[in-house]
Amino acid sequence: MQAGVKWFVVLVAALAFVPSAAGSGSELYGANCISCHGPQGRGIAERGPSLRGVGARTADFYLRTGYMPLGNPHDVPHRSRVQFSKSALAQLVAYVASFGGGPRIPRPEAANGNLADGQERFTEHCAGCHQIGAEGGYLTNAVAPPLDKASAVEIAEAVRTGPYLMPHFSEKQISDGQLNSIIRYVQYAKHPDDRGGWSLGHVGPVPEGLVTWFIAIVLLIGTCAVIGQRIRS
Amino acid sequence: MKRWLIALLVLLLGRRRRRPLLDEGERVVPPGAPDRGAESLVLLLFGAAAVCGVAFPVIYAWDAIPNQTQFLGLALGLALAFISAACIVIGKRLVVTEELEEEYSGTHPDDEEALDQLVEESGSRFTRKRLLVLAGAGAGTALGAALLTPAASLGPVFDVSSLYRTPWRRGTRLVDEAGRAFLVDDIEEGTFYTAYPEHADREQMGAPLVVVRLEPAELQLPDDRRGWAPEGILAYSKICTHAGCAIALYRKPTFPAVEPKPALVCPCHYSTFNVATGGQVIFGPAGRPLPQLPLEIAGGGELRAAGNFSGPVGPSWWGVRRHGARP
Repeated sequence: MQAGVKWFVVLVAALAFVPSAAGSGSELYGANCISCHGPQGRGIAERGPSLRGVGARTADFYLRTGYMPLGNPHDVPHRSRVQFSKSALAQLVAYVASFGGGPRIPRPEAANGNLADGQERFTEHCAGCHQIGAEGGYLTNAVAPPLDKASAVEIAEAVRTGPYLMPHFSEKQISDGQLNSIIRYVQYAKHPDDRGGWSLGHVGPVPEGLVTWFIAIVLLIGTCAVIGQRIRS
Repeated sequence: MKRWLIALLVLLLGRRRRRPLLDEGERVVPPGAPDRGAESLVLLLFGAAAVCGVAFPVIYAWDAIPNQTQFLGLALGLALAFISAACIVIGKRLVVTEELEEEYSGTHPDDEEALDQLVEESGSRFTRKRLLVLAGAGAGTALGAALLTPAASLGPVFDVSSLYRTPWRRGTRLVDEAGRAFLVDDIEEGTFYTAYPEHADREQMGAPLVVVRLEPAELQLPDDRRGWAPEGILAYSKICTHAGCAIALYRKPTFPAVEPKPALVCPCHYSTFNVATGGQVIFGPAGRPLPQLPLEIAGGGELRAAGNFSGPVGPSWWGVRRHGARP
């Protein structure tokens, strides 16, 4: 037993001094991630899932959106200030990717996408939660975030990875070309060209109905006043 | 029932007591000159309203007509418009409108009598009173019939077997939107797929499915559904059991500690169905579980139905629990 512990200590010490290609990525990991995801990204039950095989794509998404690091593992991750410099972030991503396998960071080309096709695909796959205007929405015990701050790479990463509660979509479900179209649509939806009138927050028929109702009630009261007037003959 | 009878009795007695007022005392409202033209117009408007009211159930019953919904709306709208036009003509042209100097409060019995007299005398311009009342009643009855007609759409009351009809049989293949057969290897965990029965009408309520995959160890299906989810692949009706919306949301926690566990969510009212336990409702207004379709894997790895759904597909109706899983 004693010998076993001794050997373990020696092994850990040896691992710590093995020069790593990821450089200071391992230090950043040790300072920010290890308490929940465990050494070498093995995961800790009830604290954080394993990171082995998730690849650069997932790590990049969670870190560049500020979803991680998360103070309490049971909090809902949300977009917040990124805690790392650009180079530190790249090192950390490279370190997580070095745990083994996993997909690389995607390089979408939204300019090649078709806006009309993108809207159709977005309606089919995304609008159920994120709403047709990409304004975000609600589902049971969770919030689907608005996409107004999402960059092209982040959208591609999220579609393929399925962060937090979101389902992921494989290339059989959404091809790379269709993904480009979806990204083009999401970018368009940030500043849609409205067909005249007030945009009213692009949130659909509720505010429009409210405004119409206020106009209609004035018309109705006016009609009542006209009907109720005496005829002067 | 008893209260209604008493109310009716009081109403009839009250009417009888008011009659003699006409002949007594002096008139409050001076008699107005009859206006036969306006009367005829009112009769005409009531008649038109009645025709529109009757047209509603006729259009409703006549399925072959194009733009049926628009015509239904037109019939109802015109009926209401004609009735209101008739009321406007009565108010403007036929009721004697003489402003009175004295105020009546309506609390003292004498004041109430005066008010009754006022109301009776205001109708002195009418020459064909009974005909007008009859026309008004006719228009009202036609409108009432039009308003009651849509109740027929609430669905079959006695023979509900059509609500159980689905295109799924043992051996029906699951295909995607483009008609390609789903293979076991196509179905990944952490995402969801929409499937249809091969060679069947996809517009049918019972046709579309949501297919998801879990680790077989995560399944907690009831004992009588053992073997319904080969390799952890589950199929549910895509139509919510609450109001019949298409279930378009799948929430699957990346972090296993997040509650609830993998669940299908309806975007209309957030009814949430647990996929691991056979579609049980864990949140929202749905009153019964999502119907599950038993699956089997054929020789080439193709997914096929192994029977029909565990319960009736689509929104619930009166007595759905009493009728149970089979008609």
